[in-house]
Amino acid sequence: MTELNSTDSAALIRLSAAELARKLAAGEVTSVEITQAYLDRITAVDGGPRGVNAFLHVNTEEALAVAAEVDAIRAAGGTAAAELHELAGVPIAVKDLIVTVGQPTTAGSKILEGWHSPYDATVVKRLRDAKMPILGKTNLDEFAMGSSTEHSAYGPTRNPWDLERIPGGSGGGSAAAVAAFEAPLALGTDTGGSIRQPGAVTGTVGVKPTYGSVSRYGAIAMASSLDQIGPVSRTVLDSALLHQVIGGHDPHDSTSLPDALEDLVAAARLGNVDGMKIGIIKELHGEGYQAGVENRFNESLELLKQAGAEIVEVSCPNFKYALGAYYLIMPSEASSNLAKFDGVRYGLRVLPEQGPLTIERVMGATRAAGFGDEVKRRIILGTYALSAGYYDAYYGSAQKVRTLIQRDFEAAFARADVLISPTAPTTAFKLGEKLNDPLAMYLNDVATIPANMAGVPGLSLPGGLADEDGLPVGIQLLAPARQDARLYRVGAVLEQLLEAQWGGPLLDRAPSLTDSLPAVAAAGAPSNHGGSH
Amino acid sequence: MAAINRDDVAHLARLAHIEMSAEELDRMAGELAVIVDSVKSVSEAAGDDVPATSHPIPLTNVFREDVVGHTFTAEQSLSGAPDAYEGRFKVPAILDED
Repeated sequence: MTELNSTDSAALIRLSAAELARKLAAGEVTSVEITQAYLDRITAVDGGPRGVNAFLHVNTEEALAVAAEVDAIRAAGGTAAAELHELAGVPIAVKDLIVTVGQPTTAGSKILEGWHSPYDATVVKRLRDAKMPILGKTNLDEFAMGSSTEHSAYGPTRNPWDLERIPGGSGGGSAAAVAAFEAPLALGTDTGGSIRQPGAVTGTVGVKPTYGSVSRYGAIAMASSLDQIGPVSRTVLDSALLHQVIGGHDPHDSTSLPDALEDLVAAARLGNVDGMKIGIIKELHGEGYQAGVENRFNESLELLKQAGAEIVEVSCPNFKYALGAYYLIMPSEASSNLAKFDGVRYGLRVLPEQGPLTIERVMGATRAAGFGDEVKRRIILGTYALSAGYYDAYYGSAQKVRTLIQRDFEAAFARADVLISPTAPTTAFKLGEKLNDPLAMYLNDVATIPANMAGVPGLSLPGGLADEDGLPVGIQLLAPARQDARLYRVGAVLEQLLEAQWGGPLLDRAPSLTDSLPAVAAAGAPSNHGGSH
Repeated sequence: MAAINRDDVAHLARLAHIEMSAEELDRMAGELAVIVDSVKSVSEAAGDDVPATSHPIPLTNVFREDVVGHTFTAEQSLSGAPDAYEGRFKVPAILDED
C-alpha cells in the first residue's frame, strides 16, 4: 500500500462521509488510509494544553483492524464485497455516554473511570454490522448534564473555531471532533439539545431523531423519557446516511417504535421545498437572541422563500414553560437513573475516612467523590421534585406542561410542514463564563428543549457566522413525530443555498489548528472570497 | 410553593446518598433556591383538566416473547464490580453493628 503524503491526507479528512464512501467504493482510497489520516489528525490537534480535547479514548488498534478487514473484503471482490454497507470503512467517533465493548465508557464521570461495559449499545452493534471503524470515545458533560462540556470530569473540550470558547454540550466532544476534522461522523445523545446546540456553536450538523426511532439500549440514561441518540456530521446528507444506519426497531428498548421511518437518505438527496409551508415560531426568536444569530436566521428564511417555500408565523404560547418543566422532569428522572451508581456493582467505591464501614456510608462517600457539582445539583433537585408533598406541584405540573407543549406543536404543524428557529440564542461563549451560574447555562437550551418534551425530531445546521464575533450560528428545523425525512429534505436545500452564498462549506473558514496545514489551501477548497459571512 | 433551604438540601442529600460538607450545603442551597424559584411558574401553567404526559410517544404493553434470551455470565456481571467474592458482589456491612 502506498503511503499518503500529508497534503493528500489533509484533503482526505475534509471530505464528507458520502464522498469517502464513494471513493472507497470506486477503489480510489482504502479504509486504512482514511482511518489513519483521521488518527493522525487526532494526534496533531487533540492533545496538549491547547488541544481540542474532543476524545477521552482513542481506539487506534481496533479502528485500523476494522478498516483493514473492509479493505480486504473489497479487494477480494465477490458477494461479500457487493454486500458491504455503503458506509463500510468510513470511520466514526462515539460519545462516551454510549457503551462499547473493548473500550472504556466513562460518561465523563470519575465514578465510571476505567469501567468497561460487558455489552455494546444497539447503535454500536449497528456500526459494527456496517463495518464502520470506531475512532474512539468523545468528551461530554458528566452524564450529559450541561451545555458547554465544562462539566466533564476530564477537562473541557475546546471549540475548534476559538480554543478559548466552549464547543456546546453535552456533546461538545462529538461536535468538536467533527468540526476539527478529527472524524467525519459521530454519535451524540440529545436530552434537551445536547446534539443540536453543540452543532450550532461548532458549525456542524446534528439531528435529534423522533423519540423511539433510534434505540436507547446502551446509552447511559439521564432522563429516559427525553434521551435520544442521533447523528453528528458536517453535511445534512451525512447525517441522513448515519441516521439510517442506527435507526429502526430494537426489541431491547421498550420505547422503540415498531414502525420504520421514511427513507431519510432519499429525502436528503431530493432536497426540495417548493410549495412547503415553513413556520417561524414566534416565541423562539427575537428578544433574548443575539443580533448576529437573528440576522443569519432571517437570511435563511429569505433563502427558503426564494427556493419556493411559503413562510408562515406560528405561535407556541406554552413554550415559555418548557425550560422550567424540563428542569423538573429531567432531574427527577436523572435522580432515579443515577441511583445505580452506588459503589456496589460497578465503578468507583470510596470508603469513608472515619467511622463504621456500613454500605450507606460507603455509598455516601462514593457518590460524594464520584459525582461532580452539576450532577449533584440535578440529583438533589430531582429528589426534591419527587418528594412527598411536592410531587404534584412540581413533577405532576411539569408533566401537564408536556401535554400543553405537545398541543402547541400539533396546532403549529396543522399550519406548517416544518418549523424553524435559531438553534441556540447565542454563539459560543468563553470557557468559564457561565460555569458558576447554572441558570444562565440552562438558558442555552431554550430553543431545543421543546422538541424533547414533545418527542418530535429536530435538526441543526450551520447558518453562517455572526457579524459581531465571527462565530457559527445554528438554524434549527423541527418536524412532526416520525416525519424526520422532512428535516433532511428542507435541511439539504438550505445547506445548498447557504454554501452557494459562502462559496463552500462554512468550516472552510475555521482555523486550521495546525500551522503547517492552512485550512483552505490544504483542502483545495474554493477560495474564501465569496459571500459576506 | 415553598423555597428550598439548607436543611432541605441536607435532608435530600441524605436521601440521595451523597455526603456533603458544610460549605457544599451552603453553596448548593443558594444555587438550588435560584433554580427552584425559576421553575415555580410551571405549577400555574396548566389547569386541572389537562392530563399529564409521561412519555412523548405512548406505547403500551410492550412485551417480549417468554423465551430465554441473551444473558450475562456471572463473570461478565462481576467484571466491573469494585469487590467480588465467590461469584457474588461483595459489599460492606448492611447493618450498623458488626
